[in-house]
Amino acid sequence: MEQIQDYNQISKKEKLKKWFDKITPYIFISPFYILFVVFGLFPIIFSAILAFNKWDGIGDMEFVGMQNFNRLIQDSEFWLSVYNTLIIWIIGTAPMILAALVIAFLINLKIIKYKNFYRTTMFMPYVTSVVAVTILFGLVFSSSSGLANGLLQFLGFERIDFINDPFWVKLVIASVNIWQYIGYNMIIFFTGLQRIPKDYYEAAIIDGASNYQIFSKITIPIIKPIILFVVMMSTIGGIQIFTEAQVLVPTNATAEGGSLTVVYYMYKIAFERSNYGYGATVSWGLVAIIIMFSILNWYLTTKRIKGEE
Amino acid sequence: MRKFNVSSIIIRGVLLLGVAFSAFPFYWMIVTASRATTEIYSVPPKFTLGDELLNNIYTVFESTSFFQSFLNTLFIAVVSTTLILFFDSLAGYTFAKLKFKGRHTLFVILLSTMMIPGLLNIIPQFIMMDTIGWVGSYKALIIPGMVNAFGIFWIKQYAEGAIPNTLLEAAKIDGCTTFGIYWKIALPILRPSLAFLGLFTFMQSWNDYMWPLIILNDPEKFTLMLELTQLQGLYFTNYPLVITGTLLATIPILIVFFIFSKQLMSGITEGAIKE
Repeated sequence: MEQIQDYNQISKKEKLKKWFDKITPYIFISPFYILFVVFGLFPIIFSAILAFNKWDGIGDMEFVGMQNFNRLIQDSEFWLSVYNTLIIWIIGTAPMILAALVIAFLINLKIIKYKNFYRTTMFMPYVTSVVAVTILFGLVFSSSSGLANGLLQFLGFERIDFINDPFWVKLVIASVNIWQYIGYNMIIFFTGLQRIPKDYYEAAIIDGASNYQIFSKITIPIIKPIILFVVMMSTIGGIQIFTEAQVLVPTNATAEGGSLTVVYYMYKIAFERSNYGYGATVSWGLVAIIIMFSILNWYLTTKRIKGEE
Repeated sequence: MRKFNVSSIIIRGVLLLGVAFSAFPFYWMIVTASRATTEIYSVPPKFTLGDELLNNIYTVFESTSFFQSFLNTLFIAVVSTTLILFFDSLAGYTFAKLKFKGRHTLFVILLSTMMIPGLLNIIPQFIMMDTIGWVGSYKALIIPGMVNAFGIFWIKQYAEGAIPNTLLEAAKIDGCTTFGIYWKIALPILRPSLAFLGLFTFMQSWNDYMWPLIILNDPEKFTLMLELTQLQGLYFTNYPLVITGTLLATIPILIVFFIFSKQLMSGITEGAIKE
């Protein structure tokens, strides 16, 4: 009798152990999903609800329907921030990607020694903080005592009010971006270039191709997927630019509105004016813009690839 | 032959220009930090080092809570990094090496969460934190980010190739628990991929600005990046002091970079090109 009981207990234990073995993997991966539901999924749903409400965070939420979205479409400050963001992105990203590609190509050339030295020094800015870099650039381009104006004055030019001029302030923000990411993109291009088989180049040299021909006819087509990756990442990053603008022109994003980016505008609406509902609407507007750009990107690139083939 | 020489000079010139462009702001940071306020207004600008560096460092430490914010940042970065390494490697290992129902679907869900723009979360997350009383607390900075999809993906890719199945089976036969196998066998093998993930996470945490800006309201608890902007507001006429703080905040991350630059660079390109 006792033995049977023992046996039952053992099998119960075995069963429990088997069951435990089965659920172990789910336990191991559960932290991600729990955290995602609580701090990712729920906030997004909440954000969608907020966008249709008026709320200052203290009283009750007031459902206003499409009112926030109608306001967004007519909000000249919002469109100014969209315009600013796009200009910063264009003057920052396009030249940066081009320069990164050219530098990667040059470092990859056979005649260049100390490749590691070039790669490491140019990658260095990437690890520094945006805040620190922006403060430094704010000083370099400072209207009263900056290095840039000092040099301009020394060379006999007029001072430029970099921080308060709506155009120049965008250039300063873009230059922070260029400086930080040129080496990062260069490293990505460089690795892509190194994977191109050497025979391709040798064959081209034997055929008498010039450096420019090699670059445009061999290099570019082969690393096209990497170029696309870099363009996509820079677009998504560039559209969400915030810290540079906020640190450079902290008290108000004016400079006649020159440094007001979309995320900065969202930040102001939500956290300075405590208008959470409309702030959420602005963030959805920004997401719509990101999606539009992604589709445009995708459309342009697939079309171009089709056209070539 | 002559043409070759000319073009090679131009090529080297362009590269050195690139190096100068990348390195000059660091140099300028040191120059400014080593000067007195009056000296940096001079025309033409002075490009050599001054002798005020130690004075400026002393003043920064003396007149601000710079050191406190340094410790705060270090604490947050170390705790965040440790938690991410643990939870990400546990999940990454599980996806790579353990068999369970719905594994594929769950992983696809995980990957697709990476496409959601994080900025949608900022406002509702702040309201949540406010509701549960985490505004002003490090919990709000650490807990929502203590496990992430990118890291799990990263570890899984590495674990699939690096951990031999026979080793895991042998350990199982020897009576090792599932967690024990992860802890004693998988984790040591995963070390190289953990190194990159750890560095990257530490760097991001150290440099983070927007979320701490929204969450932290007590100057005692400020992170280094908030303290820097604080310095900027406080001493906007004393630039050398502001830049000294900036320099001090940048040096630790540069040291980390110089020790691990190879891992960082190869890790970043792997993430970008292999996908």
